[in-house]
Amino acid sequence: MNLASIFISALLIDNIVLMRFLALCPFIGMSVDVNKSVGMGLAVIFVTVIATMVTWPIYTFILVGLDLKFLQILVFILVIASLVQLVEFFLKKNVPGLYASMGIYLPLITTNCAILAVTFDVISRGYNLIESVVYAVGVASGFLLSLVLLAGIRERIKTAPIPKFLQGTPILFVSTSLLAVAFMGFAGLIK
Amino acid sequence: MLKLWKIFSKGLVTENPLLILMIGLCSAVAVTSGVANAIGMGAAMTFVIVFAELVISLFRKLIPNDARIPIFIIVIAAFTTMVDLAMKAYWPDLSESLGVFIPLIVVNCIIMGRVEAFASKENPLHAAVDALGMGLGYTWVLIGIAAVREILGAGAFLGIKIMPKGFQPILFFTLPPGGFMVFALFISMNLGIKRGMDARAKARLETSKEAS
Repeated sequence: MNLASIFISALLIDNIVLMRFLALCPFIGMSVDVNKSVGMGLAVIFVTVIATMVTWPIYTFILVGLDLKFLQILVFILVIASLVQLVEFFLKKNVPGLYASMGIYLPLITTNCAILAVTFDVISRGYNLIESVVYAVGVASGFLLSLVLLAGIRERIKTAPIPKFLQGTPILFVSTSLLAVAFMGFAGLIK
Repeated sequence: MLKLWKIFSKGLVTENPLLILMIGLCSAVAVTSGVANAIGMGAAMTFVIVFAELVISLFRKLIPNDARIPIFIIVIAAFTTMVDLAMKAYWPDLSESLGVFIPLIVVNCIIMGRVEAFASKENPLHAAVDALGMGLGYTWVLIGIAAVREILGAGAFLGIKIMPKGFQPILFFTLPPGGFMVFALFISMNLGIKRGMDARAKARLETSKEAS
């Protein structure tokens, strides 16, 4: 499988939010306005790629080598949690500008299931390190894309006349549903 | 007793983790294309949340405040691993169709949220009851959504055809968009029930005020 098709299928065809229902909590919670959602999306791309680059070698060289595969869940979640913490410290000290714009989203990312799912996916699909990183970028960009789209829709919804029984969160899921219908159009893009 | 019932029942409707608190959503939409999957996921989730809350509540006085989040994660991850391995060994088909969502129980915000907000402060009995309420609140929503989707989308319930012969399955409901749509209707329904309950409670309060 070539890298471009891995990227496109992760970004559009198997969109992490709309087709695989992962990362719905931040998707609903953080899509209040477009600027915030871009910040969150970029932070997710950043952490997903780093997490994949760290967990893939740990699994391939340490866990498989020592026959400790059953510890996968435990190890991965700890690696991601501490990684987020490290990234936070590093950014705070060295790139304060980036930290100021990304900082509040970083702690939330630990519980973003998209990241853990990506690290499991690349193992179960047997990707090599380069394919894994491309896949991680694709999935996380898909998250950014759907987040920004929903944020845009939400700004429209504010002024739209909505039936009483759908007001509040139900209308968000109805919008998401229609967005998902649109994304199903990508299904035949790659054979 | 009354207090225990209160703790238990709030997970079912008024503080339902999926429909009101809006946490732990991912698995709710993803595994509900069939009722069998929903039951499996609900059971796995209930097991993990009950034991995680119980263990953390037992050790709540020993867990240092600064290190609590990593400790919580390790406890939750340990029980999730147990479920994952048990399911792979005894129900390989179910494990196959739930896929990545079983390991993802570890980052399910329902568990983390309840452990942090409830189990780390209350005694083990209360914590276990709270966990059971949340677990069942999660499970009934999952089974409800799955029933609607499976009956309309495949004309079946638990894999057995139940709709009349001329019924044309509505494929939309088994596909991802259908999941979001049915979930939206469930939230709307639960909000309606909650509004009704609030209104009744308010009316009762007013009549008791007038009587006095």
